[in-house]
Amino acid sequence: MSAVTQDTAVSMGRVTRALIYLLLLLFALFYLLPLYVMGVNSVKPLAEITGGNMMALPEVWTLDPWRSAWSTAQIGVEPTGLKPYFLNSILMVVPAVVISTIMGALNGYILTKWRFRGDTWVFGLMLFSCFIPFQIVLIPMAVVLGKLGLAGSVPGLVLVHVVYGIGFTTLYFRNYYATFPTELVRAAQIDGAGFFQIFWRILLPVSGPIAVVSIIWQFTNIWNDFLFGASFGGTNQPMTVALNNLVQSSTGVKEYNVHFAGAILAALPTLLVYIVAGRYFVRGLMAGSVKG
Amino acid sequence: MGFLDIRNVTKSYGNVEVLHRVDIAVEEGEFLVLVGPSGCGKSTLLNMIAGLEGITGGEIAIKGHVVNGVHPSRRNIAMVFQSYALYPNMTVAQNMTFGLEMHGVPKPERERALADVAKLLQIDHLLDRKPGQLSGGQRQRVAMGRALVRDPDVFLFDEPLSNLDAKLRVDMRTEIKKLHQKLKTTIVYVTHDQIEAMTLSTRIAVMNKGYVQQLGTPKEIYDTPANLFVATFMGSPAMNIIPARVVVQDGTPHASVTDADGRPRLLRFSQGSLAAWDGRDILLGIRPEAITDPEGADRKSSNIQALTNRVTVTEPAGSDTFVTMALGGQDAIARMRADASVAAGQTYDFAVNMEKAVAFDPKTEQRIASD
Repeated sequence: MSAVTQDTAVSMGRVTRALIYLLLLLFALFYLLPLYVMGVNSVKPLAEITGGNMMALPEVWTLDPWRSAWSTAQIGVEPTGLKPYFLNSILMVVPAVVISTIMGALNGYILTKWRFRGDTWVFGLMLFSCFIPFQIVLIPMAVVLGKLGLAGSVPGLVLVHVVYGIGFTTLYFRNYYATFPTELVRAAQIDGAGFFQIFWRILLPVSGPIAVVSIIWQFTNIWNDFLFGASFGGTNQPMTVALNNLVQSSTGVKEYNVHFAGAILAALPTLLVYIVAGRYFVRGLMAGSVKG
Repeated sequence: MGFLDIRNVTKSYGNVEVLHRVDIAVEEGEFLVLVGPSGCGKSTLLNMIAGLEGITGGEIAIKGHVVNGVHPSRRNIAMVFQSYALYPNMTVAQNMTFGLEMHGVPKPERERALADVAKLLQIDHLLDRKPGQLSGGQRQRVAMGRALVRDPDVFLFDEPLSNLDAKLRVDMRTEIKKLHQKLKTTIVYVTHDQIEAMTLSTRIAVMNKGYVQQLGTPKEIYDTPANLFVATFMGSPAMNIIPARVVVQDGTPHASVTDADGRPRLLRFSQGSLAAWDGRDILLGIRPEAITDPEGADRKSSNIQALTNRVTVTEPAGSDTFVTMALGGQDAIARMRADASVAAGQTYDFAVNMEKAVAFDPKTEQRIASD
């Protein structure tokens, strides 16, 4: 009794299927090639690279370039390696992501469930902030940070990234909460829950997918940001700026193996975030944008 | 003064008044149904009682306390929503006790209330489940349980059965009625389904366009509708509204209606006062069940009038057979016994129970008062 098939997809022959897989495999290899080059060259002595064997596996395996990139390489004038800058980045990214996500969630909650006169205008203006190029705000932002006494500090960078991130996080959460039944909020009101109780007990527990989107989006953007870091970082520059200083140094021998290791170090956290939470990303993005 | 008083309440959005001077006093233990087509203001009125919408004019009082501006949670009301509005992240037990928790009721007391209500509604075995794992009928029960646990003064129901399938809806309707008979609670219930209104209520407020058209017991609403809207809205199939003329013969008023062949037929009115309308046009309202085959006529009626007419369409519905005929130039529906043998195109004798007939003024659309 296997007459009933579950197959609703367009049927195709074995040959077609094999061709498709072959094509996909080729593309995958193509996209993985840069990672391969970086990985392989970061574990070779410099002589092997300058000898012209960029694509080959190392003859001598070594972790020295990684150690050098992490703790001894010359960054600017100091031989500190990337370690302190990595810590700067972490200290900047974590609070900035957490604060901007929570504020976005609160904004989305208010804009959908506590409507007020002119709320669509407020939302429109917040959306507008998503379209302002970074370069435009550099000078005003420098003035503001100076007045607040936050110039050249990690809290200053956190503030900048929170301000810039709220537009996006609000957009995500507003669209997500727009599909959340208002009757639930009304039921909770009748049950006696207050503004924050409704938020914590009713809305936040079901906000997982969109929170993941917001976190990934904010994390990658803030981690990868160079302009704000270079402009407002002062002595507390983030990883991206340090990597630039490492790679772009115009004096001495160019240690390509160290550069490759440093670049991988700089990309590692975002890669991790995607691997851990990536499968929720598309799901949440769809839930937040399409249904809204 | 009633248990729940709605005094001269109006609601406006900007310059648009959507609810006009509603005045209803609900007694303790009453089951009031607000019924009307969508957009009639019934849900708005319910939300105003709940405190979810502001009151533009007039006042609402529960147990003698004016609640205008009082927060929903302090009115001691509970509401069952159309979509049930169960919190998706909480278990059934958490859903039902959330309100008590928010009101600071200690845990042992919450557990006791939960156990009592769960037993009453037979949902004990569902307490650890999430709403997503329940069927529609079970969710409906949980939503009612959440309201019952609070032991409120007034229960508000906002179209609670409209998301259920037809069979379950009938079952739950009976369930709600049983519950009301058992607990004797005060209920305000909103629906657009006139059968729910008839079966459940002790009193009905029929609403249209922001006005209460008629407030009365189901029997009053059904038998003596105040106007054409109420007459046609309540009842299924709807009341037949037939253009007729009042003719006084032998001192008693008759309705003169034309049959399928355009001949005038006289049907004697029970209401003598209609003699004042001699020679004038009226709209005659007759419910389908008041036009029957002669054998099926109501034996207790004091005024059965014979009518011979040709049948246009027959619709056997199992329990009854609906027969369509032309009366006064319009289609009129008669409700026959299921096994009445009628065929389209043939002429038959019918019995019209004129005791149940009502007359409307064609200009004002109001029922012509009869004493």
